[in-house]
Amino acid sequence: MAIDSDIAAEKLVVPEIAAPVEKHRVWGRLWGDPVARLALAVLVGLVGAIALGPLLYSASPSAIDFGRAFLPPGWGQPLGTNDLGQDQLARLLIGGRISLAVGLAATLVGISLGVGIGAVAGFYGGWVDGVLMRLTDLFLALPQLPLVLLVVYLFGDPVRRALGAERGIFLLVVLVIGVLNWMSVARLVRAGFLSLKQRTFVQAAVALGARPWGIVKSHLLPNILGPVIVAATIGVGNALLAESTLSFLGVGFPPDVPTWGRMLYDAQNYIESAPYLVLAPGLAIFLTVLCINTLGDRLRDSLDPTSR
Amino acid sequence: MLGYLIKRLLIALPTLLAISAVIFFILALAPTNPLGDLATNPSITPEVRENIRRSLGLDQPIPIRYVKWTIALFSGNLGYSFTSRLPVADLIAQRLPVTLWVIGVAYLLSVALALPLGIFAALRHNTWVDRAITTVAFMGFSTPPFFSGLVLIIVLSVRLGWLPFIYDNTLVVRDFASFTQWLRQSIMPIVTLVLFQTAVLLRFVRAAMLEEIPQNYVKTARAKGLGRWRIVMLHMLRNALMPVVTLVALDIPTIFTGAIVTEQVFRVPGIGALLIESIYRGDTPVVMAIAFIYAVLVVGFNLVADLLYGVIDPRVRYGH
Repeated sequence: MAIDSDIAAEKLVVPEIAAPVEKHRVWGRLWGDPVARLALAVLVGLVGAIALGPLLYSASPSAIDFGRAFLPPGWGQPLGTNDLGQDQLARLLIGGRISLAVGLAATLVGISLGVGIGAVAGFYGGWVDGVLMRLTDLFLALPQLPLVLLVVYLFGDPVRRALGAERGIFLLVVLVIGVLNWMSVARLVRAGFLSLKQRTFVQAAVALGARPWGIVKSHLLPNILGPVIVAATIGVGNALLAESTLSFLGVGFPPDVPTWGRMLYDAQNYIESAPYLVLAPGLAIFLTVLCINTLGDRLRDSLDPTSR
Repeated sequence: MLGYLIKRLLIALPTLLAISAVIFFILALAPTNPLGDLATNPSITPEVRENIRRSLGLDQPIPIRYVKWTIALFSGNLGYSFTSRLPVADLIAQRLPVTLWVIGVAYLLSVALALPLGIFAALRHNTWVDRAITTVAFMGFSTPPFFSGLVLIIVLSVRLGWLPFIYDNTLVVRDFASFTQWLRQSIMPIVTLVLFQTAVLLRFVRAAMLEEIPQNYVKTARAKGLGRWRIVMLHMLRNALMPVVTLVALDIPTIFTGAIVTEQVFRVPGIGALLIESIYRGDTPVVMAIAFIYAVLVVGFNLVADLLYGVIDPRVRYGH
């Protein structure tokens, strides 16, 4: 799924740099798009629910009560209860915080790595570029999920012991997902830098004696910000999916941390008797990822009006 | 073409070496004991443990271990499983055909669906047909396979009772009845993968075709009176397929990710399921070998994509 940002790279870098689009016009165009507006509204709603929900909704996400096990959705338990009698809505709200936090943090790691590596490769060129691009190719050929599973399997226990169950695995998952998802951004930034370096305003800055870091900071980076934001948006969705996949396979967070993927993992055993346990967390993941992807897609279109 | 193939192979080998290095150093640097439960199991004598350590080469310095491990790996010696004591290669050979069957059929179906739909959507750009197709595709690729798989189970197995929801790996195809049963149990895993892959492919095909529509060669072809069908199939599609193949090659790791998840959802006894089982059991040799097998598969399919590139683009074939 890194591919989408690659399409973005191919399509965006050139036209966007050829005609810098004014910021407010981009947001104006995005806001004028009803689908984007809907996606944004749903996303804000979801984030709001996750942020404020646990404060307003009083049921405990962890209290075990076997007398209340497998209650179908209804009054008192809007999304039903699981095999331990825990309230699903409360778990969904708490789990959403972790899932989204992992998505955002992993994207931050991935984008930082990607921008850093892409900038160095594009700016210095030559053998540095060659080495870094081979590295990028290598990472693109890695079997991602098996490697993530391998790393979490081998490093999970010691990290858990050193930093605590929840914090340790959080850091590990964020790092692993981030480290395996920087390649498309690196390519995009590199391509942008290479084409920008030919431009007169950059050459003028060089001629005027601007320091390399100054050129990167004030001339190159701001001009590739658009595509990077698009890649970051889609990256959050992908990272969230990656974390859910890990948890769904039972290798991510411990059972008492109800991430959405973990809830699905627990629910699949009761799929015949209690399908509602599957539907709620699954729909939460689907809806969040769908909105994030839609937003990224529309953002790309509004940055590059020629693509429509 | 042969020279091109050899050149590609020469690039694939170092990639495999590099990936094996990545896998090896992850293991070598891991603070956990790679012996897993064996290290703490009281029923194993120190001598046996030492022998296992030596058989894994753990008593030697890391660079030597890496060279030995790689040589063993490339000569097909993947070691022995801790839990079943069987050669890892045998375990994998048992499981690999199921995985390849599911992935292969799913991918062929996805291509068969995505090509016509993508072309159709591009030719009907901005009509309701195009919007309907792209919206469905968009939803398709935002749906994680573990969710679509579980929904299929709920609808088709639990509610309607049409299909068995667990893949029966003891099933032997002997007669027509067992053959249909085998087909029936393959339907849902394949559909789950097809839903996702078709969505991804369709978006690539549509985007690539849209790039070709305004090209001059299309106008020329139309001006000299070629039929619409001919222009689309012989001229535009061939050009559009080049970026599609590139994107597909980049997307290969995701295919395997989807396959692991699908195998887990439907309990398909493929190598993805074996990987997860081995992780739960702490069976390090199997985990390592499967991670490497996936690397081989990814690199192998990349080679196939490269060959397709040669088939589609004569410039590649003749080494320009």
